[in-house]
Amino acid sequence: MTRSRAAGASLLLLLVVSSIGAPVLTPHSPLRQFPDFENAPPMWPHLISANGSVRRPFIRPLRMVDRLERRFAPSGIEVPILWFRDGALWSIDETDGPWLPLGADPLGRDVFSRLLYGARLSLSVALMASLAALLIGIVVGGLAGFAGGRVDTALMALADFILVLPAIFVVLSLRAAMPLVLSVSQVFWTLTLVLAASGWPVVARGVRGVVSAERRKEYAEAAKSVGASPWRILQRHLLPATTGLLLSLETMMVPAFVVAEGTLTLVGLGFPVPAASWGSMLRDAWQGSAFTDAPWLLAPAGALALTVLAMQLLGSTAPQTVEPSK
Amino acid sequence: MAPHFRSFILRRLAAAAGLVFVVSSAAVVLARLTPGDHLSEFELSPAQIAAERHRLGLDRPLFAQYVDWLGRLARLDLGESTRYPGRSVAGLIGERVGNTLMLGIAALVLATLIGIPLGVITGRGRADPISVAARGGSVLLLALPPVVLSLGLLFVASRTGWFPVGGLPPDGDAATIVRYLAMPVLSLGLPVAATLERLQSRAMADALRHPSVRAARARGISGTRVIWRHALRLSLTPVLAVYGVITGTLMSGSFVVEYVMTWPGLGRLLYDGLIARDANIVAGCAATGAAFLAVGIFAADAALAAADPRVAEAR
Repeated sequence: MTRSRAAGASLLLLLVVSSIGAPVLTPHSPLRQFPDFENAPPMWPHLISANGSVRRPFIRPLRMVDRLERRFAPSGIEVPILWFRDGALWSIDETDGPWLPLGADPLGRDVFSRLLYGARLSLSVALMASLAALLIGIVVGGLAGFAGGRVDTALMALADFILVLPAIFVVLSLRAAMPLVLSVSQVFWTLTLVLAASGWPVVARGVRGVVSAERRKEYAEAAKSVGASPWRILQRHLLPATTGLLLSLETMMVPAFVVAEGTLTLVGLGFPVPAASWGSMLRDAWQGSAFTDAPWLLAPAGALALTVLAMQLLGSTAPQTVEPSK
Repeated sequence: MAPHFRSFILRRLAAAAGLVFVVSSAAVVLARLTPGDHLSEFELSPAQIAAERHRLGLDRPLFAQYVDWLGRLARLDLGESTRYPGRSVAGLIGERVGNTLMLGIAALVLATLIGIPLGVITGRGRADPISVAARGGSVLLLALPPVVLSLGLLFVASRTGWFPVGGLPPDGDAATIVRYLAMPVLSLGLPVAATLERLQSRAMADALRHPSVRAARARGISGTRVIWRHALRLSLTPVLAVYGVITGTLMSGSFVVEYVMTWPGLGRLLYDGLIARDANIVAGCAATGAAFLAVGIFAADAALAAADPRVAEAR
């Protein structure tokens, strides 16, 4: 494993752990609104107290000092971080105000909590969609590569047609063809299908290439000569040859789909309010350009970039391993 | 003109026309199949709705509507808009098509001017400061898709006041347009520049190992000349092959940038049409977009065939 792959893997691990562990890692519910904390700035953990001595990690809670200007100032109290209390990894005694590690959004919701819960929605819809795209692509590509002839030509013409179109417009048109207002779970499955519909042709093209090349190799011919059924040859001999390709396609599709969710939700065709996803957070920040005064609202944009970077680093050395026969 | 080249060009032209036809047909059919139309939001009596639908021909069979649309397309009439009452779709598209083209072409030029020379430099495989910085910058920029980059640049622009934070005044002079164009073009062009840099770098590294380049070196031609004349020409084939795909990438990115930076272009018009269930706008934008895409792919194919005659012979 190269250094860049190791870096990618650790980043990915961080993303997965923080989304799975969201309930334990976040101090608040992603939907809870704190009045008087609209657009409150981040409250970082501190180690050095006001008199210069080193203490265990503590927070300086903020309170609003000017409602018109939305100005906040530390209340002067130092509240220690409590570990493993009430099912949360870290928390503080909130009698002197809530702990908002990454600040609050225009509705006074905790950005950190929304970011971690948002990761669940954004990453899981991308993962589901990429798996669905793999499934469709394997079936179509396997069929085309194995059958050859007219079936192959027709299926690949369809795949090429979708491939050549700008992906976001395929997704946008399909999504807009559905009812515009849907519930969160309806949106989840709609996005899964729509993204899969735009992603499968890449998979089908790749799988078809591998299958039609492997089909003519000696081992496949040998399996055929001892009487293996076409299905068995495809399933036991040809499709396993596509594993490396599928893995590298997965590292391409997941980040593309995370970005697509962000884009669709940003333009108002994704997850509805008040659900927390990276796209919906970006939409909240973008509407009225609230982030010019509160840059922490751009945290989901950073998370998006981090996801893309992680997958790129992870897939960076893949091309050589994918095409060993070349 | 070589016969191979001519038949290649003709075949690619036919494919381009086919693309436009299929995309616009699909858009017409998809837009009419969509549940609800622009009338479902108004409180009209069923009789009024029926009358309006009849006036617009929406009560006729799908196939008849499609044939109608095709017939009007032949006269470059894209129908009337329901989202913007009283406006023709062709007029709406005409107003915005220039903005999208300007954005897309400027981004492509920027990406090419930055990406290709940097790719040549990093492709030499040396560890000088420029190469290291360019390589790092590319990896970083590739992780910043237009949706992230445009929000980030919007933040920078509004904090510093160096550039306007989006939009485009209708009657600006050239200097104004350039000022308003800067942020959208950077958001759209920089990720493409990074893509081109990575591709050019890999192609350059391959080209430098090519026997003809090594032969040129052996003849004593200077390093700079070998790189910028011999290897560069060899390395352009794989890079040119991507320009067709990049047209699509630019169109996808352009939609996001137009939305985030309120750039009055085609992508935004298509979006408005989709949301307002305006079938004529959707179909018109899809046809126009498909035409751009087809032209982009065709131009890339033709350039590729001109640079490398084997491409035309192979197909």
